[in-house]
Amino acid sequence: MKTVIPIGPFHPLQEEPELFSLTLDGETVTDVDVRLGYNHRGIEKIAETKTWDQDTFLIERICGICSTSHPIAYCNAVEDCAGIEIPERAKYIRSIVGELERLHSHLLWLGLAGHFIGYNTLFMWGWKWREPILDLFEQITGNRNHYAMIKIGGARRDIKNEDIPSIRKCLSGLVPPLEMITKAALDDPVLHARLKGVGILKKEDAIKYCAVGPTARASGVAIDVRKDEPHAAYGMVKWNVITQEAGDVFAKAVVRLLECFESVKIVQQCVDGLEKTKGAEFCKEVENIPPGEGIGHYEAPRGETFHYVRSDGANRPVRHKIRAPTYVNLPSFKASCIGQTISDVAITLASIDPCYCCTERVAVIDPKTRAKKHITGEELVRLSQEKTRKIRDGLLKGSI
Amino acid sequence: MENIIKKVKDGLGGKIKNWEEKNPGRIYITIDKENIRETARFIFEDCKARFIILTGIDTPLGYENLYHFDFDSIGTVVTVKTLIPKSAPEIESIATIIPGANFIEREVYDMLGIKFIGHPDPRRLLLSDDWPEGVHPLRRDFK
Repeated sequence: MKTVIPIGPFHPLQEEPELFSLTLDGETVTDVDVRLGYNHRGIEKIAETKTWDQDTFLIERICGICSTSHPIAYCNAVEDCAGIEIPERAKYIRSIVGELERLHSHLLWLGLAGHFIGYNTLFMWGWKWREPILDLFEQITGNRNHYAMIKIGGARRDIKNEDIPSIRKCLSGLVPPLEMITKAALDDPVLHARLKGVGILKKEDAIKYCAVGPTARASGVAIDVRKDEPHAAYGMVKWNVITQEAGDVFAKAVVRLLECFESVKIVQQCVDGLEKTKGAEFCKEVENIPPGEGIGHYEAPRGETFHYVRSDGANRPVRHKIRAPTYVNLPSFKASCIGQTISDVAITLASIDPCYCCTERVAVIDPKTRAKKHITGEELVRLSQEKTRKIRDGLLKGSI
Repeated sequence: MENIIKKVKDGLGGKIKNWEEKNPGRIYITIDKENIRETARFIFEDCKARFIILTGIDTPLGYENLYHFDFDSIGTVVTVKTLIPKSAPEIESIATIIPGANFIEREVYDMLGIKFIGHPDPRRLLLSDDWPEGVHPLRRDFK
């Protein structure tokens, strides 16, 4: 029997409401359709009505999690248009804020992914150790989120040198729990059984659908804007691009976990840079933006975020195009969800880290009788958790 | 680095109406809109670039479509520019060549009313179902 299951569109606690219509044959997904636009705020249009500097605040509000990635990409675009080279100290500040954001974003994802498959310990751990990073943000920028640290020409505020010990302390306190989580998660036979081979995105599909970020890197596509086009301090510090070949949910988890260690490495080196450039200029004065166009991109936690601006020499852009990473990662569900069972869909959808949403309401329609059955988002998570429990029980029985 | 850019230049040959290297990382190529499918196919399939996104702009001369491609290995963004007359706002779709362009072509239709001929799934993407036909919010005459 063919069944269509809509997942979505709204969950009031999540950003990015979407509607996934899953076509099922029995328990197997045979087609996926995504409907967007439920939360379209017209930011590209609003951006044309605000000045160059006001836009940095506007686009910081595109996303509440990767809130600094958009301003970095936007300022890269404006600086590309105007030919501005930012001061060295600003480069360190941008990379520090960007990488701390990646750390808290990846930990948030890890917690959610753990919850979806019934690993609430992972959820508690992930979110517990994310908290000190947010506290650190509050200390150095004044806000736990929406830090407003990025400005055209450099950084809006300096990071004070007396805050550096706190940054170092936060990082050194983060490494042991990160190592523990990584070992616990990657050595767990239940997680192996639950996540390996699930939701595979093949390398050729990742390229075809133009996937970015950890979604592409877990499928063996070694792209990372920070490495490919070094900006901010990424060309001045030592770090590695993490890739995996398998393309399944497990590989995506591995990529994110290992990236956390790279982020720690980057921030540590950037903090050294801050100490060396004490008292130096951290923002260039930018008087006006000449006519022309500029392109800027940045590796947000979820992948490349892309900004294009066009200037006619006035105090505001005539066009500002924004492309967030989920926009190109979402269509890859057509490749990764088809052939999966419904109990694997929750974690497969979550694996691209789409600011996971929409499972508030699920309706099952029987096309023959038109009978409608509503399942809540909790039910979908329960199905997923049930499967983990069965695997765990099976493994336990096998070991006795 | 030069090799792949040279390959693009040689491969496109006479199709290039204007070639602008703003800096080593940003190249803008202007082509006729009739050549967009062949150009996109050549850059995506033969030169192995990644399609980033398409930007549509309403300018006094017409609608401008900018197709952004990234050569990640050398960190260069190549932008293919086409001009579409306002009297006939349509261009051939590249979504059958690049599945990653499916969403954005639907979005550009929503926002600017540019028709993509041969698009496999020309439904609305962002505007709601009860939005009036023929009203496109990113056009300059939108009120």
